[in-house]
Amino acid sequence: MPAPAVKSLARKDFARKQRCLHPLPVRVMHWINAGAIFIMIGSGWKIYNDDVIFGWLHFPDAVVIGKWAQYGLQWHFFGMWIFLLNGLAYLSYGIASGRVRQKLFPVSVREILATIGDALRFRLAHDDLTHYNAVQKMLYLGIMLIGILIVISGLAMWKPVQFSELASLFGSFQTIRLIHFLCMSAIVGFLLVHVALALLVPQSLVAMLTGGPVMSDGAMLVAAEAEAKAEAEAAAAAKVEAEAKAAAKAEAEIKVEAEAESEATPSR
Amino acid sequence: MSLRNRTPSIFRPQQRVDQSVLAANRKLFDAIDRRNVLRGAISLGALTLLTGCDVSEEEPVQKALRAVSSWNDGVQATIFRADHPAPTFTPAQVVKPPRFNAYYDIEDVKPVDGTSWKLELAGRIGEKRPWTAQQIYALPEQEIIIRHVCVEGWDYIGQWSGPNLKSFLERIGADLTAKYVYFHCNDDYTESIDMATALHPQTILATRYANEAITDPFGYPLRLRTSTKLGYKNAKWIRAIEVTNNFTETFWSKQGFNWFAGI
Repeated sequence: MPAPAVKSLARKDFARKQRCLHPLPVRVMHWINAGAIFIMIGSGWKIYNDDVIFGWLHFPDAVVIGKWAQYGLQWHFFGMWIFLLNGLAYLSYGIASGRVRQKLFPVSVREILATIGDALRFRLAHDDLTHYNAVQKMLYLGIMLIGILIVISGLAMWKPVQFSELASLFGSFQTIRLIHFLCMSAIVGFLLVHVALALLVPQSLVAMLTGGPVMSDGAMLVAAEAEAKAEAEAAAAAKVEAEAKAAAKAEAEIKVEAEAESEATPSR
Repeated sequence: MSLRNRTPSIFRPQQRVDQSVLAANRKLFDAIDRRNVLRGAISLGALTLLTGCDVSEEEPVQKALRAVSSWNDGVQATIFRADHPAPTFTPAQVVKPPRFNAYYDIEDVKPVDGTSWKLELAGRIGEKRPWTAQQIYALPEQEIIIRHVCVEGWDYIGQWSGPNLKSFLERIGADLTAKYVYFHCNDDYTESIDMATALHPQTILATRYANEAITDPFGYPLRLRTSTKLGYKNAKWIRAIEVTNNFTETFWSKQGFNWFAGI
């Protein structure tokens, strides 16, 4: 039973261009970035192993890219171009199209705390796939900043003499290495959560391949109908519950009356 | 399922979104719980095991990677600032002795006899008369206290002195418009640098470290020290200097390390 509200919603969006959750450029850049990150992390671990920052941490040969140091370096200085150019394209697109502003701003501290509370109790609302909660906003914004920082620290480490002004902002050469390493760690941490959640909600993974739900009038109708149906069901359930309560109450009253009657009997 | 109040935010996109995916997968969203998160995390761990094999050595892959490495040589030459000095440090920061590195261990260093040693000159050089150690050590010296950066990731501050390479090239009548300066070494090592780097004010033929003659493991009697290249470009135990326009692969570039190796 489509309510009048559904029709007005549909009409309102009629003039708008059909758009899916993840437009094609976003999907293409996402998967190019995934490949670049894979290369950069694997080869970065190989380079790290040649002179470890932490004595207790060596990356096993099975998870690094490149059997020898030079191969790790070759991959790293190949992958960096993909990561850099694709990243620039992604940020330019996101800013020019308004997607970054629309999806990721504003973020409020209060909202972040509330979302964290929900998340810890596994009570996060998934009522709207295309609306990011505060933690998602924070994570996506944070990982973008980390992505920028890892490029800048990488540049400072690659060219501490040519870009000595930049390198001096970070401190010593080993400080630059450490910052670059910590950025990598943050990205790996992000990826653990990001990939685990994508596997948990496979539809989000599919959406990043196919584009996801089309934000058009037709789909709006389907969505609104589903929502109206759910609301009607909830109302019906509430009604049934209320009726059951009323019935129980009535029953109890009859019982009390009967008891009163039975108590009264002997004295009669 | 959601107990959260839906506060209508003014920042929410006006356009509502297709909720059919959610409606269709309501069960799935409701089923998200701790156990599933753990299970997902374990699958992710299994994924990382798939990266074991190495395709880098495959002919087409290696060819492509080396092509990118050559491209990177060009990029580095482009961003090279001919007169931009590397940061310098104070004598108090100097590490003594310097850190050893070669393609073999320090015990296997074959010392060079400085009294019979001669520096040979080849290629596009006007005056190719060989130089004795005594003659070179008598030239005006320049001191630089600079950071040594190894491709492996370690670094240290070193204090090097010796004749400036540009002055030396001018003195021997080298063609300063040639592309490369090659260094042939006593341990069969070869390295080469681009002419711009050879002419950089902080590129010297080092003969001393921390005011003392350099010792055997660090290149006695003559080595290169430039502030704008990774450690391996700084040839030790130099036997001959060649100025040329012909590029030939060097000890490490043959094995796939980047040739320009600028810092």
